[in-house]
Amino acid sequence: MTDGYDAIVVGAGHNGLVCSALLAKAGKKVLVLEANERVGGAAITREFADGYAVSACAHLLYQLQPKVRKELGLSLRLAGGAMQTVALSPDRQHVRYAGDAVSGVANADVRSYRQFHGQMARFANLLNTHLNSAPPRLGTRHYSDLAKLARLGFDLRRLGRDEMRTFLRLIGINIHDEVTERFENPLLRGALSLDAVLGTHLGPRSPNTIMTYLYRLAAGHGRLSAPQGGMGSLAEELAQAARGAGVTIRTGMPVKRIIVENGRVAGVETNSGERFESMTVVSNADPKRTIMELVGTRHVETGFTRRINNIRMRGNAAKLHLALERLPAFAGLAKAEYGDRLVVAPDEHYVERAFNPAKYGESSPQPVMEITFPSVRDPALAPGGKHVMSCIVQYAPYALAGGWTDAAREAFTRACIETMGRYAPDLESCVTATELLTPVDIEREFHITGGHWHHGELALDQFMFVRPVCGAAQYRMPLDGLYLCGAGAHPGGGISGAAGRNAAMFILKEQSA
Amino acid sequence: MSAREVPQGRLHTPFYPRMVALDRLNAWHTWKGYTVPDALYCADTEYFAIRNSTGVFDLTPMTKYRIAGPDALVYIDRLVTRDMTKIRPGRVAYAVWCNDAGQVIDDGTIFHLQDGEYRLCSQERHCAWLMDAALGLDVTITDETADVAALAVQGPTSFAILKRMGIEGLGELKPFGLMHVEFEGCALMISRTGFTGDLGYELWMDPESAGQIWDRLFAAGEISGIRAIGTDALELARIEAGYIMAYIDFLPAHATVRTGRTRSPLELGLDWLVDFKKPNFNGRRALAEENRSGSSWRLVKLDIEGNKPANHAYIFADAKGRRNIGFVTSAAWSPVCKQNIALGTVRMPHGAPGSQLWVEIFYQREMHWSRVMARAEVVDKPFWFPTRRGLTPPELV
Repeated sequence: MTDGYDAIVVGAGHNGLVCSALLAKAGKKVLVLEANERVGGAAITREFADGYAVSACAHLLYQLQPKVRKELGLSLRLAGGAMQTVALSPDRQHVRYAGDAVSGVANADVRSYRQFHGQMARFANLLNTHLNSAPPRLGTRHYSDLAKLARLGFDLRRLGRDEMRTFLRLIGINIHDEVTERFENPLLRGALSLDAVLGTHLGPRSPNTIMTYLYRLAAGHGRLSAPQGGMGSLAEELAQAARGAGVTIRTGMPVKRIIVENGRVAGVETNSGERFESMTVVSNADPKRTIMELVGTRHVETGFTRRINNIRMRGNAAKLHLALERLPAFAGLAKAEYGDRLVVAPDEHYVERAFNPAKYGESSPQPVMEITFPSVRDPALAPGGKHVMSCIVQYAPYALAGGWTDAAREAFTRACIETMGRYAPDLESCVTATELLTPVDIEREFHITGGHWHHGELALDQFMFVRPVCGAAQYRMPLDGLYLCGAGAHPGGGISGAAGRNAAMFILKEQSA
Repeated sequence: MSAREVPQGRLHTPFYPRMVALDRLNAWHTWKGYTVPDALYCADTEYFAIRNSTGVFDLTPMTKYRIAGPDALVYIDRLVTRDMTKIRPGRVAYAVWCNDAGQVIDDGTIFHLQDGEYRLCSQERHCAWLMDAALGLDVTITDETADVAALAVQGPTSFAILKRMGIEGLGELKPFGLMHVEFEGCALMISRTGFTGDLGYELWMDPESAGQIWDRLFAAGEISGIRAIGTDALELARIEAGYIMAYIDFLPAHATVRTGRTRSPLELGLDWLVDFKKPNFNGRRALAEENRSGSSWRLVKLDIEGNKPANHAYIFADAKGRRNIGFVTSAAWSPVCKQNIALGTVRMPHGAPGSQLWVEIFYQREMHWSRVMARAEVVDKPFWFPTRRGLTPPELV
């Protein structure tokens, strides 16, 4: 072993970069191999039409863990200041909310929302504590597991009796029940429903959509921001931090397989046949891809294989990018508000109805949408005076019946533009180029099985102690030397860095023991 | 697994008409959906046929899976705990397979039919587990239970009968060997295997030729005391041989709900089947850990004083019955060994071979119950292991 590494990280997604940087900071010799030509995984900014660039997947930053930012000393240049959400109304009666304040609704809803946000923020804080460390294993008598479980119990109890009961009642139920109970305004209900189900294969009436809502709030109570230069600039900064700590990052090096010798990991082999040796391989790829393809089932046991194979991870969120000649005229929207987050979710039923076809492999004829104009805050993303629109559109099931043919893409893009046309009638005339990234495209471009943001549905049966699967929730896979550090591991997806950071801490702790 | 029509209701094996013709007791039960006899005329006589002449047992209901494809060896080797790379074509291996927790799902025999093609035989059905084990491997799994009729021909005269029947080359077949022959135009596979612990063979054939082969077998065996037997006789023979049985001596892991009710191969005395030199197999990590930290249970063979079978008895460490350490799972008076024998499960570290335990036996005489505390010695070897079982060629008797 002449050029052996202490650890090889497969994939330079944001979690892989965080993990490698923290490992290197602790003195490890780390190599990161990235399949694509650029670092960042799905967190990149890329041009989709001549001179028009957007963040390819996630376009807003709200989940980055403060600890990640601090430990890596990220400066994080943001485009513009605070951002609000505007729930679009066809009759210009938009509802706007940010933090615990909401406007455009009756006074009773203003009070209810403040109360709701306060309570959710408290619950999210509780959750967040436990998102930032490896979850305990269940059923062991190991001290650290028991201590962590006790801590979880204690944190719950510390909420107070009533709050604890409310938390336990809410954590498994759906957002629909809660918003209809609390709010009168349909736009507010719709927008909060959308917040809860964004990026998932869930509708507002699906179980545990309060949990997904809390997950969204965990790191920053839902405060939104956009990095200057799109998400790619964050990835670049992470890569810089990693390189600064001594990490070797090599792009355009797709890993073909993780080498297993004598029942343990021994390194990786790239598509070009190059081999790199290390007794520790940390995979930023999703669990299915890692185990079923990179490792191969023959090197792990059957029960584990079955669990990995059964992880639900069929993406249902698409990305729509529009190059715009000029900003379309959204009725009732102030000029400054084009830099905010606009959502199309007129009420909670609309969101649920949009989800219905997805259950049967059809895309939504009337999609729900999260719309941003990144070029408003960051003009460099579009040619002078022109604009880009970046939308997350749901639902666009991975396994579309009949497949994502050109006709199916065209139809869904049309459905999205027509839906927005109800709020901005001149939109269509502004569009000069479009790009639709369906989950199938996301899978192909970013090597995420099923094109699911979270590398595995965010649901209680795939969360905490059982993420990615029961018995392997602590980043360490049941194959000596193999670890996960991506969104498929605890706690899940979103640009948070928690999985990468937790994995690094776990590996360092285990290897120092 | 190929889709096909599944027969409904209780099934008959191809040998059923032949057994009905011999049947005097009308005592039948189901075994995996098939009608099979407890005994046909007298369980004792049938048992003595196994030990003194030849007993013929219909094992068609035995679950049979065909495992084939380029990855068949990788598949099998990962599935079971023993090293399957050592099992060459034409050989049969007794094996046990575990879940990831190292707990036994079932045991059975694996026939290496030809290069890259195996047949796995077991008492239980394992379709779901076998399919899951095939994920990511180039291998096909086919349930061929109904496509293969099988007879166990077991006893000291079995070799002579099969030879008289006209099977060539049987003399060279070693224990756990298999051979393919053509018999009167029918393809026949013969393996030197069985569940009786005696000299014996198993015949595997197309259901179409089942009747013909049965008739020729019984014609050839008439002067050697051939008898069709039921499961009662076999049950006694397998206890004498010290063979364990699913649902009796251990519970298949997939059929178990309560924690601590499953068993690892180390706890069933099958450590000789677990090869830790293999880098990966199902249950390896858990079994390696158990090997380090120690097992909870031990399967024991007991030689018990007296003649009252110790069915369902508790096992104690002391004569006064103060320290309950386990229970008997199978028990019988062994006519051939003249011993009161049992298989049981005891907590570690009890039950080392040679140690003495106590068994609490309840028995009933004319309605009234009595109880004895019987001394039991833990023995290492099977109760019944005749020399003829291992002889190649076997004696012509």
